[in-house]
Order: sequence, then structure tokens, then C-alpha cells
Amino acid sequence: MAYTRRSFLKMVGAGAMCLSLAHFGFDLKEAKAYATSLKIEGAKEVTTVCPFCAVCCQVIAYVKDGKLISTEGDPDFPVNEGSLCAKGAALLSMYTGEHRLTKPMYRAPYSDKWVEKDWDWTLEQIARRVKTARDNDFIVKNAKGQTVNRLESVFCMGTSHASNEECAVIHQAMRSLGVVHIDHQARV
Amino acid sequence: MTNHWIDIKNSDAILIMGSNAAEHHPVSFKWIMRAKDAGATVMHVDPKFSRTSARCDFHVPIRSGTDIAFLGGMINYIIESGSWFKDYVVNYTNATYVLADSYDFKDGLFSGYDAKKRTYDRSSWAFKRDEQGAPVRDFTLKDERCVYNVMARHYSRYTLENVSKITGVSEENLMKVYKIFCATGKPDKAGTILYAIGWTQHTVGVQNIRASAIIQLLLGNIGVAGGGINALRGEPNVQGSTDHALLYHNLPGYHNAPLAQWQTLEEYNKANTPVTYIANSANWWGNRPKYVTSLLKGWFGDAATAENDFCYGWLPKCEDGEDYSYMYAMDRMLNDKMRGGFIFGVNPMNSFPNTNKMRAALDHLDWLVVAEIHNSETSDNWRRPGADPSTKKTEVFLLPSAHRVEKEGTISNSGRWLQWFDKAVEPAGEARCFGDIYVPLINTIRELYRKEGGVFPDPLLKLNWAEKFDASDWAKRINGFFWKDTVVNGKTYKRGQLVPAFGNLQADGSTSSLNWLYTGSWTEEEGNKSKRRDPSQTEMQAKIGIYPNWSWCWPINRRILYNRASVDLQGKPWNPDKAVIEWKDGAWVGDVPDGPWPPMADEKNGRLPFIMNTDGAGQLFGPGRLDGPFPEHYEPAESPVASHPFSSQLTSPCFKFHKSEFDKFAAPADPRYPIVLTTYSMTEHWCGGGETRNVPNLLEAEPQLYVEMSQELAREKGIKNGDGVIIESARGQVEAIAMVTIRLRPFTIMGKTVHLIGMPFAYGWTTSGCGDSTSRLTVTAYDPNTTIPETKACCVNIRKADKLTEIA
Repeated sequence: MAYTRRSFLKMVGAGAMCLSLAHFGFDLKEAKAYATSLKIEGAKEVTTVCPFCAVCCQVIAYVKDGKLISTEGDPDFPVNEGSLCAKGAALLSMYTGEHRLTKPMYRAPYSDKWVEKDWDWTLEQIARRVKTARDNDFIVKNAKGQTVNRLESVFCMGTSHASNEECAVIHQAMRSLGVVHIDHQARV
Repeated sequence: MTNHWIDIKNSDAILIMGSNAAEHHPVSFKWIMRAKDAGATVMHVDPKFSRTSARCDFHVPIRSGTDIAFLGGMINYIIESGSWFKDYVVNYTNATYVLADSYDFKDGLFSGYDAKKRTYDRSSWAFKRDEQGAPVRDFTLKDERCVYNVMARHYSRYTLENVSKITGVSEENLMKVYKIFCATGKPDKAGTILYAIGWTQHTVGVQNIRASAIIQLLLGNIGVAGGGINALRGEPNVQGSTDHALLYHNLPGYHNAPLAQWQTLEEYNKANTPVTYIANSANWWGNRPKYVTSLLKGWFGDAATAENDFCYGWLPKCEDGEDYSYMYAMDRMLNDKMRGGFIFGVNPMNSFPNTNKMRAALDHLDWLVVAEIHNSETSDNWRRPGADPSTKKTEVFLLPSAHRVEKEGTISNSGRWLQWFDKAVEPAGEARCFGDIYVPLINTIRELYRKEGGVFPDPLLKLNWAEKFDASDWAKRINGFFWKDTVVNGKTYKRGQLVPAFGNLQADGSTSSLNWLYTGSWTEEEGNKSKRRDPSQTEMQAKIGIYPNWSWCWPINRRILYNRASVDLQGKPWNPDKAVIEWKDGAWVGDVPDGPWPPMADEKNGRLPFIMNTDGAGQLFGPGRLDGPFPEHYEPAESPVASHPFSSQLTSPCFKFHKSEFDKFAAPADPRYPIVLTTYSMTEHWCGGGETRNVPNLLEAEPQLYVEMSQELAREKGIKNGDGVIIESARGQVEAIAMVTIRLRPFTIMGKTVHLIGMPFAYGWTTSGCGDSTSRLTVTAYDPNTTIPETKACCVNIRKADKLTEIA
């Protein structure tokens, strides 16, 4: 049997736990039973990457019945070797928190509150505003008579939280509209 | 990073400056400590003693904003002590180039300065050229006008005494750092410089990094294992988002955004494709037209043809010299030049400088689209403290966005490794990833144009777009396709198949790629290489930890950039124990070399190592920057002193700023604001804190805004540890809790005592009682090259608060 670094670590980890528990006079059978009833038992392992700094530590997400039940540093990844910082270690509570935004919200002009909306309505409203701005403000030629095809009155800020694929989508989308005010965290 | 995280372990001397790596990139420290365990000396030069300092061999306090003085002193030391690596400098850098007679430098100003425009005409910063157009070189370095000698004279003013006076670093400490770091000028030693936004967020940010480049070139530390200039990039995918250019001035893959004077693709290519007159320079950017045409083909597909200039004319053209960055967008907003826009995954109403200006500016928008995980100071700006919502006109659409484990795709780490992440769970509620927002939004806009018509619909309607967002689909688009059947090395690729490497991209419309740097990341032969998890390495690769089979890195899986500089003219490594590449039996082994050519000793086919520079040489003299070919010390836009020892030019002659009623500055040595403020983040919070403040365990660990100050300053101001205090600048005031500490000490600057305080910027009013934006204090003064604001140094005052309203 070929041992990967990870399976080796798992064995050593389990062995160390048994040893320490035995040392305190526990029955090894109980320790083994405990080890097999860890909350990640039977969970699907999914490889992800910590969403904070650009060390980009790899993380294993454990999923059971479609729910995230645990996260830990990926011990096989050569950069973090299983380590995570305080933020990376708090990934799970980031997903289980109650504070998340879960529905599109709308704040009307001069209103003092948010109102829930559905996605179709929201995207149609935004599309309408973008088109109105573009149709009214599009600059075909500059003062020198050069063709510039530019929309200056709409801007795009963000984000380095986007994946590479999403960044490609955002850049292409903005240039096709003629947007030139494009910026994100690389500049602050 | 020129190198990558693991490679830090190969270093003999590590200079951490402009970074608090242990705090902000905690896991990077694993590799710093591994180098230390193997005998490396680790040094931290930073205003504040921090978690990083605690793990280093020693900490050297420096006044924020004086890095160029410190580094200029090191350049002077290298030259005076003869610590430079002669074979490397003579063969691989432009030390030998002779400067044209037009170049001059007097009293802090380079030739060509226009005081009215605050810009330089850079044409005088040129090299002497022969009849063929090639730069004149003097390999003996005897010519008084060769770069080496001009540089030596430039930095001869950076004596220990002068540097010490302005930085506040003792001469003894200066010598300690200089001696240890410059000992890496030997062929078999390597030193690395690790920096972060502590260097970039200054009005001289780019020149801070230029100064480090000069040092690393003089010491022969670029291209080697354990060397390099390593930007510890902060944001999760800021490497990738920069590569893909969520920036006004670039197209994806580091091409200039089109300007109005480049009306055709031919004009664009002519202006942006460099030509070299040095026979053995690779001049890689000579390939630019292939990458730009492939990008246009990727964007517009079959609509892009040679006859219509591949739709180049459809792209927006910027005005030459106009700035469309964040700071300018905000200023235009304040002046009612903006209707609306998108703010996704960023919280400018907490993290932008001079935040009171930013918050007021946002009120001027008709509409705003925010995509976030939580309500933020940006999404809820209309109900900020002191604001009356019934007077705020802005419509806000707040879109719930998916978190990392709820989506799939790739990110690029700071070492340019492309890492795939899988989707673990469905997004919370109705949350969506950004791709699932923008792709249907553009389709909705397209539908409106299709139905109703409108202004210039072609670029939208003829876009090579998708019905739905799929990360794999876009990862392949980024890699690129063949658009007609093509034979490569005897193998036929059909239209629609993936391009194997960027060497196969063409300027004739037969290929597409949304970013040439990433071509080769997903191939017909090997599939999606960002998913690779194979730790195998050759013995040579394992010695330095290259891991070539784990994930993939741009460009073309090269793990250490400029690695041709790690070998001598014969292709033998300078340091055989930590070889990056080696020429063996007519082929390169080790890392992927910077191009396939043989070593330079082969006069016909060999190539110079700095392949991205037109003439192939590392640039000690860098004519490309807007504020000078050599870094020069200038004080921050707000300075506690009215003069410095290097020239009568107090501040950068080129830094940018705005002039609204909000853009106020303290005068030099202003008695109202005598204290230097620097800002930072912390491990437990992320940047503006919009995400981490909503995670209870992280908020509990770091619950509220504090200000670190020395015991001496606290005594002077009658402030005790734990007191509520008010910090004021010319732009605003902020409440914080005093943290009186020995981690900060007063400096002696130009003979007088200068205090420096430090504050995190992670707190905002949407998290009740934790305090509000520190950035309300910082300046809207920017680096002229990047327009990055100077949030690392400004001038303030501090007093004990009678009562607190922002902090519970």
C-alpha cells in the first residue's frame, strides 16, 4: 500500500490519540469507538481555498446531507501543510452565522428601509438603469473627433474576491458596455 | 511575487519591510521560520514592533514614509563596500548603459520637470545610442555617464548620517541591516525582500519597490532560489484580479488599455510592441499583437475578423493621461459626473482614505448596485450615523453573494499558482456567485437592446457570451481555443480545441485567449491543470521545493521568474546547492526556464535573462516611471518636518491629489498635527472588516478600534491605557481606545522628537459599538504611477475624549 503524506498523518494522529488516552487509563476500545464517531465520519471531502489573504491556503470542507459541518487545513497542500490562521480556522462559523444576506434587497430613493425583491425584478431594474445611462451618456467621439466609444457615467469597483473566471466575465462585460471607470482592491 | 511561498525557505537573509507578515499572511511565516531554522537572518524594518518583529532576529523601527532614504542608504553601502555581484551586474543589468547627455538631476528634480503640470517630460531620461539604435554600453564601467556611475553619485548623498536623521533609525541599526543583507551579494547566497501594502500605500509607493529592485539586482538576488522581490499580496485573488485587469488602465494580460490616439489595431500594436536593437534580447513583448488579437477573438468570436480589425474599434478608448481609477471616480461622483455603478465585494465607505469625502460622494449617485455577503458601510451609506435617509436620493440594489465554499473556479495565489476550488454546498438562501449575477445581467441588457435598439449595440449584441455562467467554460475561454484547424508540432488541433501554450497564439484570428498568461492551464492532453495534486519532484527540484506537478502556475508553469539570471553565461547555477535551472547535455533541467534558448555563452542563440524588458537587462536605471528613473527620498504628502537632508524638494513633485472642499492637507511640520499616523489590519479581521466583524468569534477576539501609542506620548498627553481618545487630522476625527505600549517608541527626526501612532482600519459603524472608519483621517494624496492613496502616513493629533459616541 502506498502511503500518501495525508494517510500517514491520519494514522499517526489516531495513534497519538490512542496513546495519550491510554496513558490516562482509558480503555483503548472506547478511544477507538470515539475516533470512528467523529462528526466528519462519512462526510464528503471537498477541496476549497481559504477566501482571505493570497497565501491561499487549501482547505478541506466536510459536507454531510448538503450541509457544511467542518473545515480544516489541507495537510497535503505543500504551502500550508494543514495550517490555518485565526480567520481560516473560523471558516465554518462564517457559513453558519445568522447575519448573511440571503435575498436581493432594494432601497428606494429617500426611503429609510430595505425591501426584499426577487432576482428577475432586480436584474431587469438594473439592466434598465444601465441601458438608460448608456443610451444617454455614451461618448462616440471626443473633442478631437477621435472615436472613443466610452461610457463615463457608470463605474465598476471590485473585486479581488472574484475567481479568475469571474474576473474575466466582469472585464469583458464592462468593456462591452464601454465602461472605463474600472477598479478594485489592487489599487488600495 | 517573483518567487513563491515555499521558496522563502531557501533564503540566507530575509528583509521584511512594508509588511507585517506574521499578522497578515500568518501561514507565510511557516516558510520564513524554516529559513531561520536553517540559519537565515530575519529582519523586520517597520514603524511598529509587531507579531512579525517578535519572531525575527531583530526589529528596526523606522518612521513611516522614509523607506527610500533607508534603501538609498543601502544602495550607497553596497557601492561603497563593494558588496555588489559584479558578473551579474555587468552581464545582466543596465549598469553598463551610457546615459544620453540630456539626463540630469539637480536638487531633488530630474530633468524635464514641468512644475505647472506636476509631471516630467521623460524624453531626456534616455540612453546614448549608436547608429543602429542600440544603447551604447561600457562593460568596463569606466564611463562617467554609465548607469553604474551615475547611480553611485545619485546615492552618495544617502550617507548613514543623512539617512539616520530622516528615518529615525540609529546609524548602528542601519549598519546592522545593511551588512547582513548585503552579504547576500555573493554568488552562493540569496536574500529576499518581502513587502506588502506598507510599501505601496505611499505617494512614492512605486519608487519604494524600484529601490528594492535596484538592491536585488546589485546583489544578484533576482531569479535565484531564496531571492526575489516578493509582494505578499493581500486580497484573496488579487493576483488573479490584477492579471485579468479589473483595472481601467489595462486589458487582461498586462496590455495597456486602448487610448484615443490609437484608433486602429495597427496603431495600438505599433505604440505597444517594443523593438530591441540588442541582438541577444528576447524582447518578449514583441509578441504582444498575438495576445491582443487572441483576446479580441475571445471577446467577440466569429464577429472578430481581420477585415474589421478584430472589433478593436468597438473597445472604449481612454484619454491619454486621464485617470479613471477609484479616487478619480469618487471625485467625479462628488461633482455629479456619475449616474450609477457596481460595487462588488469591496467596502470603500470604510476602507477608502478621507472617508468623509467618499461617504458624501456616494450620496450623489442615482443608483448603486452592491453585491455582498453582509450589509456593509457601503450598502447602507444612506443611513450612516448623522445622515437623514429622507434626503438621500440613491436607489440601492443589494445582491446577496455566494461565499467561497458555495462556488467553484480558480484563484491565483501570490506565487502565481493557479488553484481550483470545488463547490462544497449550495449558496445560502438565494445568494449567487458574481458570475451568476453578471452573465444574466448582460443577457438582460442584450435583450433590451435587441428589442428596443439603442446607442451602439454591436459590442453587446456580438459579444462571444454565454447563456449561463459555468466556471469550467470560462476557465477554458481564458486558456483559449483554436478557431481553425491548426497543426502544432505535427499534431492537428481542430477548431474549438484548446491551445496548448501561449507560444501557439497567433495574431491572425486563428486563436483566442482571454489571458495569454494562463494559456496552457487547461489543455486537451492534460485537462484542468489547476486541479493537479501531485507532490512529485526531481531531486534537484525537491532541494528548493518547486512542486512543478502541484496545481499550475503562470507563465507556463515557471515557478521562479527570471530564472535565467540564476546561472552564469555557461548555464551553470551561481549556487549549485540551490539550483533553479541548469544547462545539462544541451537542455535545461530544473524549473521551466525563461524561454527555451541556450545559455548566453552561445552568442547566436543565447538570450539575456530579463526577457520582459525590451533590451533584456535588469533596470537599475528605469526610465519607464512617471516620477523618476532613480528612486529619490521625498517626504509623505503630510510630513512632521519642513525639510530633509537630500534636497530642497520636500514632497514628491508628481504626487496626485484632489481639490474638493474635503481634500484638506496639514502644512509641513504643522503644529496642529504633529504626530505621524500609520494604519494597518490584523489577523482576526479582514481589511475593512465587513466580513469578519460579522463572525462572532473573530469579533470577540478583536472587538473594537484601538490606537497604539508610546508611553512617552501617553504621558505627554495625559492618556492612560484603556482611555477613550479622539484622533484628529485635517480631514476628520475618529474615536478609539488607547493602547499604551512599548511597541512604539518616539523617533528623533531632524533633531526633534516625533511621535508615531498606529491604528487598524477594520472597524465600521454597521457593527454596533466597535468604532467607525479609521480611514476618515487619511489623505487623498496618491502615487503618480498607480494612484494608490497614501494611507500609511499622514499627520494627526490626539487627545483624551470627554465622552465616546462611536465606541460602546
